[in-house]
Amino acid sequence: VCTSRFWFNYRHVANTLSVYRSVKRLGIPDSHIVLMLADDMACNPRNPKPATVFSHKNMELNVYGDDVEVDYRSYEVTVENFLRVLTGRIPPSTPRSKRLLSDDRSNILIYMTGHGGNGFLKFQDSEEITNVELADAFEQMWQKRRYNELLFIIDTCQGASMYERFYSPNIMALASSQVGEDSLSHQPDLGIGVHLMDRYTFYVLEFLEEIHPASQTNMNDLFQVCPKSLCVSTPGHRTDLFQRDPQNVLITDFFGSVRKVEITTETISLDRNVAAFESKFPEEEFATEPLKYAEQLPVAQIIHQKPKQKDWHPPGGFILGLWALIIMVFFKTYGIKHMKHVF
Amino acid sequence: AAPVQVQLVVPIAVVFGPGSVPGDLPRPLPFRDVQEMEISVNLRTSVTSHYEMLYRSTTAQEEAALAAATAREADAALHPLQDATLGSLTMYVVPETSSLLPQGINVYVGKHRSALVRAGGSLAALQAQLREVTQVMSFTASSIAAALSDRVPDGQLSPNARRYLKSSLGYEITFSLLNPDPKSHTVDWDIEGAVNRYVKPVLDKLSLVANFSVDSQILYYAVLGVTPRYDKESSSFLLSAHSLPHVINPVEARLGSSAASLYPVLNFLLYVPERSHSPLYIQDKDGAPVSTNAFHSPRWGGIMVYNVEAPASPQASLPLHVDVDVARVMEVFLAQLRLLFGLSREELSPEFLLESPGNEGLADWELDHLLWAHTVENIATVSTTLTSLAQLLDKIGNIVIKDDVASEVYRAVASVQSAVAKLAMGHLHSAFQASKEAVTSSERAFFDPSLLHLLYFPDDQKFAIYIPLFLPMAVPILLSLAKIVRETRQRKKEPTKMD
Repeated sequence: VCTSRFWFNYRHVANTLSVYRSVKRLGIPDSHIVLMLADDMACNPRNPKPATVFSHKNMELNVYGDDVEVDYRSYEVTVENFLRVLTGRIPPSTPRSKRLLSDDRSNILIYMTGHGGNGFLKFQDSEEITNVELADAFEQMWQKRRYNELLFIIDTCQGASMYERFYSPNIMALASSQVGEDSLSHQPDLGIGVHLMDRYTFYVLEFLEEIHPASQTNMNDLFQVCPKSLCVSTPGHRTDLFQRDPQNVLITDFFGSVRKVEITTETISLDRNVAAFESKFPEEEFATEPLKYAEQLPVAQIIHQKPKQKDWHPPGGFILGLWALIIMVFFKTYGIKHMKHVF
Repeated sequence: AAPVQVQLVVPIAVVFGPGSVPGDLPRPLPFRDVQEMEISVNLRTSVTSHYEMLYRSTTAQEEAALAAATAREADAALHPLQDATLGSLTMYVVPETSSLLPQGINVYVGKHRSALVRAGGSLAALQAQLREVTQVMSFTASSIAAALSDRVPDGQLSPNARRYLKSSLGYEITFSLLNPDPKSHTVDWDIEGAVNRYVKPVLDKLSLVANFSVDSQILYYAVLGVTPRYDKESSSFLLSAHSLPHVINPVEARLGSSAASLYPVLNFLLYVPERSHSPLYIQDKDGAPVSTNAFHSPRWGGIMVYNVEAPASPQASLPLHVDVDVARVMEVFLAQLRLLFGLSREELSPEFLLESPGNEGLADWELDHLLWAHTVENIATVSTTLTSLAQLLDKIGNIVIKDDVASEVYRAVASVQSAVAKLAMGHLHSAFQASKEAVTSSERAFFDPSLLHLLYFPDDQKFAIYIPLFLPMAVPILLSLAKIVRETRQRKKEPTKMD
């Protein structure tokens, strides 16, 4: 998830797309990735190289290409949509690619980047998500067993505050900086004119470049990435909610997709000489006439509807009490004799 | 997870053929008996199995049927005489010396809901045997544990349990033909015919469990992610067992799935290797080639490698035309489908003989097996969902529950109570339907888009919004109140002073 927009936040989009690329390279298909981006970099009028988003100085690596599938773009990246994706409370018309269809055996990786503060993360410069809301969303996911294990990585200023409030089991969290510290960006590119990546993500990606689908590197190595000397901020991590020892957790458990496979040793025997099957439950054919559009949408009914009478409720206690107080004070201060002027 | 106590009642009729009645019966036939066993999954979840056994002797028609030559004929003849309701079982006890069962076989399980058991002497030995047969044909402790796998403490699940496909209202089955080398092979497969002839009967039988939709597609230039090794001894290419997990991912990116449905997808892939990598065999852990040349991944699907025979003459013109033998392919795919659903026949003791279900794909008792597991799983899921919904409402006091959400919750509660009651009476079919309704209603209530907790003010935000509004307004009011209080007190004091 990239939570910023505007040209000067180029590095957040580049961060997110680079992580997206690594994860795809290690085997996770697009159908299992939900990518939320403001997506206003590649075609931004200020981009000197249109249709590209670079993640290294000297324009080495274009992370925006033909097969980037953005699921939530531009103004769809809101706190509400993000929480809806996590908890699954999505309107029924949402397509499959915009949903998180995970079950109790899925390991989920969540990577968020943007601008943040102590206890919140800013979404698109207009709203925030607090660490309490995020922790509650994860608890909702746990209640419905929507994950087996969850790895949460956040690259923002004061990122560690975002994972302070988690209380659901099987969550491991990494952040690029502690509370009170800022996460810094890595390199400006003089050709494009903005910073291209953040330091923490840059070093994480260097680390991931050495991982291939069969590698046995574990989480402890990921925790060592980007020490203070390189990163200026102190990356933090939280593993107390996680049941397994991080030593035994493979990077590919979250970043790649290695499935359990069994050899098929049983077969069934089929009788080859069988005619086409008559189903016991034939599908019923309903004779349908093609509907005209006007008949499907009762426009006439909608236009001429009378406004629904809302039930009138007497004002509630708080408002009543407040008004009583104001009126009492008014008349006490100015005297009862003024009442006759009112009536 | 919410506490779940379920009683599963299996009505069993034990029919003694002539010469098979054990000597130590407590009462003369016919009589009833009940055997109970508790399967405790964790501290708050327990499933009690309750076998209601009716012991009786054979009727004349059954005796005639049991006089058949082979067990299979006897089973076919006995089928119309049985109680065919879902969940019930009938066991026919044949004398020890009977020739219906081959040597060394003590139990024959038919493809409906009956079994032939060889008498073992005493009633206790027979009952132990019957218990084992009943467990095979209905549910075992491990199949219940698999169904309730999210409640089982980690580390206690058998490998079979991890394979278990979660109960869902529907499944999408996709058959894909992968042709990485269209220049060399033009592959044709009559998938529609194969689906009609072989797959539809199986899905029809499973239609009681869920809705199935079947798609198929052909993908060109789709390669496996792993390069097979060339083995000089067998002059063939080999895929070793530990490279198989990496085969699936690059392919999966190319497999589409229907955008509209949310059901889990089961993919069955048929891979025709390139001419330069033919023939391709899959190696198991011991290095031996696998006879089916196929492997499957739990909750995902299966892949089979279909080798094309090299043309007789090396000058044969490319591309070669290949007509896939869909029957052989479907035998493997349907076996994989059974395994994905958890119906495995491999772990039985050797004295059991199981009748093959033929083109129907699964025996009636295997269907019951699925229904028992799914019903228990549905009931557990519903109770967890409703409990966590109640907890959510406790936490966020000012959530507004819409009327339709409330009615879904009521319906879910009523359905799950009915499901538990029906299970306690032994009606598996109606219990399963009730549990399916309960799951639908509870999921609809829990995942209703209006229940997003973000939409409701947390308390600290209430302070943050209302204080800047009301505090400045309240300052003159409070000051005036203070002035009023002071004046009243002064006026009260003055009359006394003036006097």
